Amino acid sequence: MKSNKGNLLEVRDLRTYFETEDGTVKAVDGISFVLQRGETLGIVGESGSGKSVTNLSIIRLIPNPPGKIVSGEVIFNGQDIQLLPESEVRKIRGRRIAMIFQDPMTSLNPFMKISRQLTEITQLHLGYSNEKAREHAIKMLDTVGIPDAPARVDSYPHEFSGGMRQRVMIAMALSCEPELLIADEPTTALDVTIQAQILELIKKLKHETGTSVILITHDLGVVAGMTDHLLVMYAGKVFEQAPTRELFARPGNPYTRGLLRSVPDPTAEQSELYQIPGLPPDLARLPAGCPFAERCERAEEICRRQFPPFVQLTPDHSSLCHFAGDVYQQSAHEGRP
Amino acid sequence: MSTDRATLRSDPTPPPEAARPLIAIRDLEVHFDLGGGSTWDKFLTGRSIKRVVKAVDGVSLDIYAGETLGLVGESGCGKSTLGRAILRLIEPTAGQVLFRGRDLAHLSGRELRQQRRHLQIIFQDPYASLNPRMTVGQIIGEPLETFRLSAGRDKDLRVQELLETVGLSRRFTKRYPHEFSGGQRQRIGIARALAVTPDFIVADEPISALDVSIQAQIMNLLERLQRMERLTYLFISHDLRAIRHLSSRVAVMYLGKLVEVAEAKTIYEEPLMPYTKALISAVPVPDPVVESTRQRIVLEGEVPSPINPPPGCRFHSRCPYAIPACQEVVPRLAEIKPSHFAACIRISPEQPDIEKVAPGEAPGLKANEG
Repeated sequence: MKSNKGNLLEVRDLRTYFETEDGTVKAVDGISFVLQRGETLGIVGESGSGKSVTNLSIIRLIPNPPGKIVSGEVIFNGQDIQLLPESEVRKIRGRRIAMIFQDPMTSLNPFMKISRQLTEITQLHLGYSNEKAREHAIKMLDTVGIPDAPARVDSYPHEFSGGMRQRVMIAMALSCEPELLIADEPTTALDVTIQAQILELIKKLKHETGTSVILITHDLGVVAGMTDHLLVMYAGKVFEQAPTRELFARPGNPYTRGLLRSVPDPTAEQSELYQIPGLPPDLARLPAGCPFAERCERAEEICRRQFPPFVQLTPDHSSLCHFAGDVYQQSAHEGRP
Repeated sequence: MSTDRATLRSDPTPPPEAARPLIAIRDLEVHFDLGGGSTWDKFLTGRSIKRVVKAVDGVSLDIYAGETLGLVGESGCGKSTLGRAILRLIEPTAGQVLFRGRDLAHLSGRELRQQRRHLQIIFQDPYASLNPRMTVGQIIGEPLETFRLSAGRDKDLRVQELLETVGLSRRFTKRYPHEFSGGQRQRIGIARALAVTPDFIVADEPISALDVSIQAQIMNLLERLQRMERLTYLFISHDLRAIRHLSSRVAVMYLGKLVEVAEAKTIYEEPLMPYTKALISAVPVPDPVVESTRQRIVLEGEVPSPINPPPGCRFHSRCPYAIPACQEVVPRLAEIKPSHFAACIRISPEQPDIEKVAPGEAPGLKANEG
């Protein structure tokens, strides 16, 4: 067991369900993980795997109704966020846990100047005066690489390009020096060369400020270079959890293996791409056994009948699979899938 | 030094096995006039310059039968406009598109429709490109009716056959698009394109909106269909990993112009033009060991506006190797190495390696440790 000293965030058995016309959608169903101080955790999964809902649950931004955190603990700095009154949560959000989202245009207010949006947050959380807040806003824009910050601070969001808006979002998120930055697909809407800029920026700022980061993405290339640990999610469950290098080198879950093999490797010649057959399951009608069984090349009769155990392969590597040990051995034997 | 280069052939050479290109694009231009320039405009806006978006600006390219030509570039570079201009879904403002030697750009409406049977397109957004009020059977059957290829019972059978070809059930003909997932809808879009047995398909970002596991399915489907139906693809994407996987040759586009054309493997392993080099190095590799050691070129700044783009080489404002001449001379696509074309006045067949020429004077790139 890890000592509690280095843990910034601990999520225990989190379950977030949505009531819909089709029945109860178990978007997040029993997620547990630990994020240590100064660490970057990557959460990968396809759409509907529950990666974004996990993070909205952490900061209690699940719209209720239809959503509801049914059970679980979210322990941030030794405090269970789920038990705090809303007024206390508001003091954490933006101040100690900050977020950046995929589409910066929808996260910035189009009617407000950048200066106002950047000063609002430090005035609210840190009690800065107008003057000091403005000074700080300019400093933050400068830090994230917006050229000519003193002049650009009074621009409106539409006057910036997509990459620049994402920089503004990062400036805003880091204004109060949060302990945790949650980045939900921060570069998905951006071009490759701009993505490289933003990822370098997040790395640099993380290095300078020591902020812990949760990086949510569907792009295995992005997490490979950015994260220390990885969670692989599928159908609202953690399918595999391991240090990044270990997970890429020796995946212990057929789904992870399939994902890794289905991404074209630009450095290698490949004839046919491995493809995971079928479609992700309907979260309102999950089968009794393993939710991946229908698409799994390793599946046997037991997988359709019985929900798989979360097998601990090494002290920090676990996999949700009846045959986790076999798959792990196979990966270790074959090298990178 | 740069004058000899103008005498070099500026069109990519055919691979030895293919004789004539299926599609030959010659000096194609798509300019969008945004107005401005008149006295009245000057009075209203204070601007006296005519504003023109040069989305595609003098592109020449050959596409050979049976190949997949990958067209890659960042948003706003004009790659989708080029794809659509080839099919005349957008009217080119100048230039030619020769399909089997006939100029599509100047065909009349009726003749053009005849030719379109051989030329199809698959769109990016599988949610927006299918009519929500039509059943799958109607969607796939419509081109069969339009071109009078089959009707009645024959048509129904053909639609079912097409559904099976793209990996869907024959029973889906009565269903509506909303009953399908993104990947399945993309399959329907592909079946519709295949219905008229085309020779050439423009695939415009066909996998960008899909999940990782579904992307692999669609890429494999496109490859299988190519083998079965002897198709030629123009595969447009910003995803360099997908481009590398599917394409035999790759054309790189920047602000309306082609900047490099070569075999896919060559583009990835030995890119010549500084922009291509930066683009390739920016692609994250799904391997933590590689990622932790590789050098990444991080370009400063952003793509300039295609409205009145910079003179000379359009990349000069971000290029670390730019010299004053780059602001004036428009580089032509020249054969720097056999079958490897690049547009850059600083490299030549004698000196193809940009890293060996003297560094430029414009601040552009900086290399970061991965």
